Amino acid sequence: MAMSRDEIFEKVKDVLVDALGLDDDDVTEDATLMGDLGAESIDFLDIVFRLEKAFNIKVPREELFPAEAVMNNPEYVSGGKVTAKGLAELRARMPHTDLSNFEKDPDVNKIADLFTVGAVVNFIESKISA
Amino acid sequence: MRWIWIDKFLEFKSGQYAVALKNVTLAEEHLHDHFPGFPIMPECLMIEAMAQTGGILVGEARNFAEKVILAKIKKAVFYHYVCPGDTITLHARIESIAPEAASIEGEIKRGDQRIAQISLMFSHIDKNLAGKQFPEENFVFTDMFHSLLTGFVERPTEPAL
Repeated sequence: MAMSRDEIFEKVKDVLVDALGLDDDDVTEDATLMGDLGAESIDFLDIVFRLEKAFNIKVPREELFPAEAVMNNPEYVSGGKVTAKGLAELRARMPHTDLSNFEKDPDVNKIADLFTVGAVVNFIESKISA
Repeated sequence: MRWIWIDKFLEFKSGQYAVALKNVTLAEEHLHDHFPGFPIMPECLMIEAMAQTGGILVGEARNFAEKVILAKIKKAVFYHYVCPGDTITLHARIESIAPEAASIEGEIKRGDQRIAQISLMFSHIDKNLAGKQFPEENFVFTDMFHSLLTGFVERPTEPAL
């Protein structure tokens, strides 16, 4: 039987609590992984490994966290802002993330704020319903 | 400087698990200060021993092509002291391995007694850190490390001249 969004959220929460050493209350849908929960680059890999185990799925890192590939491409970033081309790329690569706020001010330093707990839940939801 | 903090491997199953052994001796000078009159193996050095056991296991799984460094201590729980004269065994099992990184679960034992549970993550640094350049040669796995695996892993021998 398919998992409900709440069930997925609970499992994602367990993964983040274990991977980042958090309290249960820290993990909300809107919390950003880096800003609010203090994740660093190696933690993203840890989270990917743990999600794969928890949900028994394959999670390609660049699918869940594609920002690195976009930020390192000069075509996609110019003068500290993500270009129109870069935004299109982000939209294509991050269908599980709401980009509407980011598009108003596509400051490259704010890319990290796109990675919220909710986005991870969306991603898992799309993976296991596929 | 590279240093070796495990004495030998007892078991080595490529890409899966490894068991290494370390003898603890009062000849290790840090034990004179940790602590005077009460020598016990520092927990951080138990983590180092597990990092070497797991790091070699992870490195061998990719034929030592990657530079494997300790990136994260996921878990470290210690149940008992380790004293001079003790022999500890380090049991490491690969949990996940990907092009950029790997994670292991580990347990340290003295005989059948559980001493510690240590889970670690390793980074393959050439595949991370956004394009930073590292030296070509593999400075992580030196010949000294390779010698530990003699008898467990087939290594290509140099052709006779």
